[in-house]
Amino acid sequence: MKQTRISKTFSRLKASGKKAFIPYIMAGDPDIGRTRQYISLLEECGADIIELGVPFSDPLADGPTIQMAAERAVAAGVTLRKVISFVREVRTQTEIPLILMTYYNPVFKYGEEKFVSDAVDAGVDGVIIPDLPPDEAGRLIKLSRAAGLDTIFLIAPTSNDKRIKKVASASSGFLYYVSMTGITGTKLTLEASFLDHINKVKQASKAPVAVGFGVSTPDDARTIAGVADGVIVGSAIVKKLHEDPEGARDFIKHLREAVA
Amino acid sequence: MGRPTPLYFAARLSAHLGGAKIYLKREDLAHTGAHKINNAIGQALLAKKMGKSRVIAETGAGQHGVATATGAALTGLECEIYMGSVDVKRQALNVFRMKLLGAKVNEVNLGSKTLKDAINEALRDWTTNVRHTHYVMGTVFGPHPFPMLVRDFQSVIGSEAKKQVLKAEGRMPDCLIACVGGGSNAMGLFNEFIESDVKMVGVEAGGKGIESGEHAARFAGGSIGVLQGTKSYLLQDEDGNVLGTHSVSAGLDYASVGPEHAFFREAGRVCYTYATDEEALAAFDLLSKTEGIIPALESAHAVAEAVKLAPQMDKEKIIIVNLSGRGDKDVQQVAAIRGINLQ
Ligand SMILES: Cc1ncc(COP(=O)(O)O)c(C=O)c1O
Repeated sequence: MKQTRISKTFSRLKASGKKAFIPYIMAGDPDIGRTRQYISLLEECGADIIELGVPFSDPLADGPTIQMAAERAVAAGVTLRKVISFVREVRTQTEIPLILMTYYNPVFKYGEEKFVSDAVDAGVDGVIIPDLPPDEAGRLIKLSRAAGLDTIFLIAPTSNDKRIKKVASASSGFLYYVSMTGITGTKLTLEASFLDHINKVKQASKAPVAVGFGVSTPDDARTIAGVADGVIVGSAIVKKLHEDPEGARDFIKHLREAVA
Repeated sequence: MGRPTPLYFAARLSAHLGGAKIYLKREDLAHTGAHKINNAIGQALLAKKMGKSRVIAETGAGQHGVATATGAALTGLECEIYMGSVDVKRQALNVFRMKLLGAKVNEVNLGSKTLKDAINEALRDWTTNVRHTHYVMGTVFGPHPFPMLVRDFQSVIGSEAKKQVLKAEGRMPDCLIACVGGGSNAMGLFNEFIESDVKMVGVEAGGKGIESGEHAARFAGGSIGVLQGTKSYLLQDEDGNVLGTHSVSAGLDYASVGPEHAFFREAGRVCYTYATDEEALAAFDLLSKTEGIIPALESAHAVAEAVKLAPQMDKEKIIIVNLSGRGDKDVQQVAAIRGINLQ
């Protein structure tokens, strides 16, 4: 597979000793027009990669903040189909790596083959599907590899060696390390075994390892950047954009500075 | 647990319908009033054996919540139940029973506020507390090995029923009928008979009719999808979002169905149909008045199918209806539907 925008970004950052800042926003919250503005904002604030959430009726890996964002986006009529055409449009203006974070059923309904080909054609660089374990993803991985779409799978603090190996070999672009047992938007509390465990994962993985779930303050981001190759911030940004859009720029900049 | 539960010949109902002989498998007489206890006790023991200190569960009708709370009390485990707020209201009696049994009941105010959303919340809890918590899935749904595990715990229904009908009639039945929410009582009855040529019918919730869009008939109105770790028939829109459902019965009010049922349907082994709210309520009345048995509204869907099938069959033919639960929990709701205030 040729180098994707995601792996190029990590290589570039690594060469300059930097860590990736990866914010997440929900596409279509509160509408697609605003999502366009937010992408520019994130880029201006120094995002290296952007995760775009695809709204779904049953986001079972998500806490209340992203659940409510999904509800607003579903109400605004935003679907996987619309998110893909939105990326096509955004891609004419930016080269920033874009990852879709979607649940599996919309992809299944869309058709795996058509999804991979439409997504790549539109300029999507990677996909995260939290409710699709690698064990069930054989076909999607194969299609994605052939098309140049990165497949990013999740590792949990409870994953054992065998699991780590499996997830690492299924993942490309980077590996998503879930900071704690739980759902998005929970207050970050790292277990005593966190350092040992993530180091084990980093050793097992050829791809960089980014950490997400619960990272909500610049201090959290700094802690995580100390051990991981990338820091993912979701709920905290979604919440800020919803409740205090004016204050969002400063908040995101502070996160960015903490990651660098 | 009160096993074996009786296989009861419903003489007056059979005579009233004027066709096949109808037997009822009396899961309503199992401890706590439904088949749910078969699985809940099994999984509570399993949780204990695995060294977990806490169990959680989703519940729709409240029967699985009550059964899990019972299993937790029996084995000394902490217990929390998730229940959609719509169901908390219509199954208030069971909410109070769970509390009496020492369980904490969490009302779920998300999405359609019914069983599907309770499962989402239970899964979120489980991901968070997996180190010390076991999720007691209440039906033949969810990620592997739940569909298999729950089926195996429930299969006692069919293995008893087979022995009992052979003893009573000296032969195999002609037809089995069970309601299908997630599908555990149906799978429990059917499992023992899969290899035979006994006809089997699963009855889904037809709600206000398929055309109305307000139902939970996944086979009649759905298509294949993936929800909550399971690939099966699903009520969904063209973009893969899960649709809201409706049934008078909380236990059948669910957007998807156990994957093994989907398999039996594709294989042509089991026939799936539905009963509307109205038909279920009529069967609820009929069984109460002909046999003195008030069925759960879920089970009334199975009775409604017997009402349709029995008159078309000869008098020597034998039907077994799985009477999955008793109707005490539904009395208040049925009164409310008829405009009667019990308070
Ligand atoms: C009495 C009774 N029957 C049937 C059901 C439906 O579940 P299943 O299809 O898993 O048997 C329920 C669920 O709550 C129930 O309480």
